[in-house]
Amino acid sequence: MDNIAGKKSSLTWAVHISVLALVLLWIFPTAGLLISSFRTTEQIRTSGWWAALFPAEINEVFRTSDPGETRIERDGLYVVEGNFYVDEGRAPSADAVDAEITVWGTSSREISAYQAGETADMGDGETMTVQANGDYVWSGTDEQISGRGQRVFATAESPPEFTLDNYQTVLFDPGNREGMAKAFFNTLTVVIPATIIPILIAAFAAYALAWMDFPGRALLIAGVVALLVVPLQLALIPLLSLHNDIGIGKGYLGTWLAHTGFGLPLAIYLLRNYMVGLPREIIECAKVDGATDFQIFVKIILPLSFPALASFAIFQFLWTWNDLLVAMVFLIDSSGETTVMTRQIVELLGTRGGDWEILATSAFVSIAVPLVVFFTMQRYLVRGLLAGSVK
Amino acid sequence: MNPAFQGLLTIIVGVGGCIGYFYLSNQFLDRVLFKPTGPNAGRNINRANAIRPWLFLFPALFALGLYLAYPVVETMRLSLTNRVGGGFEWAGASNYQRMFAEDKFWEAVRNNLLWLLVVPAASTAFGLLAAQLTDRIGWGNIAKSLIFMPMAISFVGAAVIFKLVYDARPEDVAQIGVLNAVLVQMGSEPVQWLTVPLWNNFLLMIVLIWIQTGFAMVILSAALRGIPEETVEAAIVDGANPFQVFFKIKMPQIYGTIVVVWTTITIVVLKVFDIVFAMTNGQWETQVLANYMYDKMFRANDWGMGSAAAMIIMLMVTPILVWNVYNARKEMR
Repeated sequence: MDNIAGKKSSLTWAVHISVLALVLLWIFPTAGLLISSFRTTEQIRTSGWWAALFPAEINEVFRTSDPGETRIERDGLYVVEGNFYVDEGRAPSADAVDAEITVWGTSSREISAYQAGETADMGDGETMTVQANGDYVWSGTDEQISGRGQRVFATAESPPEFTLDNYQTVLFDPGNREGMAKAFFNTLTVVIPATIIPILIAAFAAYALAWMDFPGRALLIAGVVALLVVPLQLALIPLLSLHNDIGIGKGYLGTWLAHTGFGLPLAIYLLRNYMVGLPREIIECAKVDGATDFQIFVKIILPLSFPALASFAIFQFLWTWNDLLVAMVFLIDSSGETTVMTRQIVELLGTRGGDWEILATSAFVSIAVPLVVFFTMQRYLVRGLLAGSVK
Repeated sequence: MNPAFQGLLTIIVGVGGCIGYFYLSNQFLDRVLFKPTGPNAGRNINRANAIRPWLFLFPALFALGLYLAYPVVETMRLSLTNRVGGGFEWAGASNYQRMFAEDKFWEAVRNNLLWLLVVPAASTAFGLLAAQLTDRIGWGNIAKSLIFMPMAISFVGAAVIFKLVYDARPEDVAQIGVLNAVLVQMGSEPVQWLTVPLWNNFLLMIVLIWIQTGFAMVILSAALRGIPEETVEAAIVDGANPFQVFFKIKMPQIYGTIVVVWTTITIVVLKVFDIVFAMTNGQWETQVLANYMYDKMFRANDWGMGSAAAMIIMLMVTPILVWNVYNARKEMR
């Protein structure tokens, strides 16, 4: 259509570039955390996460092995041979070295005096050769090749390096204090009942509000719409004292009940909006055939409402999984046994704010599940959003 | 009892209980209370049908009443009382007076107003921009999906993500926060972003804007698609340029949706808690009402003032509540 106005080509390019910029801007922060979670403590401390995408140039100081133990005599000269990376235990063999030395030198004042593969003349016949992979040959007279090993200053390029160690530590190390594995299961324990229970209660209520005629129906619908926006904050103290009075106290049961109560308005609203849109004829036919309301609901409405049920389930899942406030008020007691992931992460921000490898990994463990749900069930999520706000 | 087992039991009891309740109560109504047979069959059917909706509604109404309606009334009562010993004592407006005398409260109100001005506007604007741009290109759905993604990330997760972006380290070591890395590249000194009063509020807002833009985009994109093609074609034939088409033809037609998006985000903003709690905890003049309330209630253990703060949040939500109810009723007629 734009080409009617004759502006298609120039504008289309602008659109593509702007969208690309917008998308990059939006995923950039998350990418930072994701990449950081795969880096070692040392890497995180010495460079920003964006450096992990490119080969890193590092200045290193190596020392050849000590001549006393390793020198050999060859053609009247004494020679020390080896590989810097293998000597330091950073590579199993010379072939497995993935770093690449570009320039090197034998004095700290001239660390880039020689290219890789060149031989340095250190005076009086003493020579040093360093290859790109760290292989070195140091040769000279009995006197020159003695004492401690020769120091070599090198600039090496190493390819991007990622590790799964952080995940290993956070999830499986029994000695780690963060307890993310426990928190993960606690979160799961909170989320599953809190997602399933409200659906059924809401579905019956939504059917009554959509297809049954009784006085006060409009008022009830208005009430549900009003409760939709009531801030959770108002419910905290009254419900906590209620739970204490009836003996539930802080714990899973209270949290499930609270999540159920807080999720109901949206559930009823979404499901009612969807059910109202179902064809009237089906329901009337069933009634003529003698079906009761209960049968109509179970056999016709419930199966037809599956998309709306799925939408709400995703909402409730995301909301309970990501929740911090309800868990802090209704679940987590002083023993800390029932902590959830969001709470653990806030704790980490306070106590280990500088340990980005632990923080980033913990955060990603908690983000991963909602992201999987999001990308696999996005269709239902969008549908639910549209039903919930545009009418 | 193992929590996982307890959870499973709760699912079984909860779901089974619901099904059992609905089934048995319906059976009771039809078979015992008002039998659709005998001399009064007609009257009984009508009576059963008058009662049945309430059977369907009862569990939901009970839960809604107990978990949302009752707390509103109870919080109002608590805000007017003080806890003394084991009981409560009428305090009149004194909790409110004490709260109004605190600087921290006014700081929270000011910040909340800033949030209200900036976040809904920015999220809606970005969302509209993204919706309009992505609607026309082949990989638009992938782009949308990626911009929408932060919706799935928790506020706490987002707080960690952005703490890394704002991270600041001493001048002599490498910066790992993007913002400071850029700053140092340009030759300035690194800044402890989250401790700079006033500006740090905007840095916290960016987190919520980042999350909410996807929501605005999805809704507005659907609205844009709903615009009749003829209106756009007519405008182009009349020589309107793309900007005129957007601002003069499309915008007025999706005005209603923009309002819905705006108010929905406004409510999220009023309740914003996790982001501030996790990133600054209200230090360096970033306090907001929800976090202020949490402070009073669970740190200072002052239920009176905490409830008073909660009532202020309720008060700010009320206009939107009334507007939503008004619209919902209008639609139903």
